[in-house]
Amino acid sequence: MTEIGSPVAQAPAPQSGGEASTFDTTTARKQWQVILRRFTRHRAALVGLVLFVVLVLFAFFGGLFWKYSYTDLGFKRYLPPSGDHPFGTDRLGGDMVALIIRGTQFSLQIAIVVAVLSTVIGVVLGAVAGYMKGWVDTLISRFIDLLLVIPSLIIAAVLVRNSFVVSVAGGSGGSNWLIVALYLGLIGWLSIARVIRGMVLSLREKEFVEAARALGASTFRIVFRHILPNTVDVIIVNATLAIAQAVLLEAALSFIGLGVQSPDTSLGLMISLNKNELTLHPWLFFTPFVFIVLISLAVNFIGDGLRDAFDPRQRRVKA
Amino acid sequence: MFRYIIRRLLISIPLLIVASFLCFGLVNAMGDPLGEWKLQKPRTPAEIAAAYERTGYNKPFMERYVDWAGDFVTGDWGESVVPGNAGKPVKEELLKAFGVTLRLILGAELIALLLGIVVGVIGAVRQYSIFDYTATGISFAMFSMPLFCVALVLKAGGIELNNWLESIGADRWIITAGPPGDGFGGSFGQQVFQYSGAYILPTISLVVIQFALYSRFQRASMLETLNADYVRTAQAKGISEARSIFRHAFRNALIPIITVSSLNIGAGFGGAVITETVFSWSGMGKFIVEAITKIEPYQVLGFMMLTAVFIIVFNLIADILYAFLDPRIRLD
Repeated sequence: MTEIGSPVAQAPAPQSGGEASTFDTTTARKQWQVILRRFTRHRAALVGLVLFVVLVLFAFFGGLFWKYSYTDLGFKRYLPPSGDHPFGTDRLGGDMVALIIRGTQFSLQIAIVVAVLSTVIGVVLGAVAGYMKGWVDTLISRFIDLLLVIPSLIIAAVLVRNSFVVSVAGGSGGSNWLIVALYLGLIGWLSIARVIRGMVLSLREKEFVEAARALGASTFRIVFRHILPNTVDVIIVNATLAIAQAVLLEAALSFIGLGVQSPDTSLGLMISLNKNELTLHPWLFFTPFVFIVLISLAVNFIGDGLRDAFDPRQRRVKA
Repeated sequence: MFRYIIRRLLISIPLLIVASFLCFGLVNAMGDPLGEWKLQKPRTPAEIAAAYERTGYNKPFMERYVDWAGDFVTGDWGESVVPGNAGKPVKEELLKAFGVTLRLILGAELIALLLGIVVGVIGAVRQYSIFDYTATGISFAMFSMPLFCVALVLKAGGIELNNWLESIGADRWIITAGPPGDGFGGSFGQQVFQYSGAYILPTISLVVIQFALYSRFQRASMLETLNADYVRTAQAKGISEARSIFRHAFRNALIPIITVSSLNIGAGFGGAVITETVFSWSGMGKFIVEAITKIEPYQVLGFMMLTAVFIIVFNLIADILYAFLDPRIRLD
């Protein structure tokens, strides 16, 4: 366990006869191999990964195979789940399976955009602040403080309401989900930026950075080739968990009317639209609810497994 | 220490000024507060001019901001402007909402913190036991659920419970429409009954989400200290397991959670938007959602200033506590 990542050659395995001239040498596993191995031995994480892949396939390709489309609205209204409509039909007579496929797709799209956007902004700004120190650091840190103090709902309201923003993003023609995703991404980078800044502040004083600097490496190269690779574990775990958070936040925004709007949809919007059906037609409320829980559970399990796999001190799974 | 606090508070003054200006700009970008009103029915130009005169929206942006800021520092937080609900002083409305939120979150936060610490510590001490797996499973499930669904299900359950209570001839217990405005009345027993009926569901829904966070957090930090060298040293020198856990590991494992929870509480004064909406509590969360929906510039600004002060103060408290609990950290 202790020599993870260091290329310590292990003792050659004893020969079992045969050609005596060659040695069977074992090479040390590369670090990513160790991590991969630990991850695949983490049962919950593996279940989460399989579940997530299935959900992604379901969301993006399920529509090709399912017999109904979300535009078919001619069915009897409020049909309870049956063989023909496994999730029943809604108040407009739409097939819930087709609607759930579409909702899951939108929710995942939003979540992935949010995760990518918030991670990129947070890592870049955090690294710049931590490495440059001085007035750049002060500026970025004060900006983070500012965003913490301004209620994020106000920003959401501006983006969702403001006709200029809406028209830039494609109007009511169906890019509304993108506005929500951009908004969540633009407010979601604060915590990762703070973490990365802290790590970079300590990493920049290490000898290998000094060595790179002495060799004449540019600032850009030092930050992106030498320092940031040392924070990759934190970045990946955070990005994973951001997906789960985004799905839940998007749902909460939809509930207070500042989320995705029709004609776009999302699992959160589906739950909000059906919140009064909870007792009378429970399947309309609980099906999207279950799908949200499945997505965020799967992602949280993956994140937890990744965290354990990256942690050199964890002893649960032997590498 | 004293100088540090003063300095931190002083540097937050420019922060508040910039934040309020930015916030004013954002509210401006939301649109015209009178837009709805103008569309409702034809208005005469004189009517419109009078309405703009009253809201101050006939003046340019900068002038309005300076007017507001000047009033604010003298203690006048402005009034609501949207016709139909105009003329209400922002400060009073805001403080009323603040009181409601305060009563709601303090209890919930305390319960969640205590439960989270206890469950997290047991989970770490008995790592990979049945208790640990169950607690981990429950907290995972809890923070994978959208909070508003939990609240809605709780509310539906409360209504069912009421119907059942009525069917067996008892009084309806759960109050799903917020705490009664005129306070609780009747005998002591009746008051307890009403109080619990109003508070139980919102408290549960807030505890659920916070508990999941705190227990995971406490478990992780407790595991860290339990495996630390100084705890092994303590055990090696022969002290009992209980003493090593409580005197050495537990005390240090409390440091991170105290920081996190004080940040959380600071942000919590901004209201529990979802819980307040579902259970119709007119607290800070509902206040800001309504202010944004109607585009009430001075309400939004007042809200921001009040919550910003709490966020700044509790951030400072978190840092001070951190330095207090871990003497290696120097504040200056």
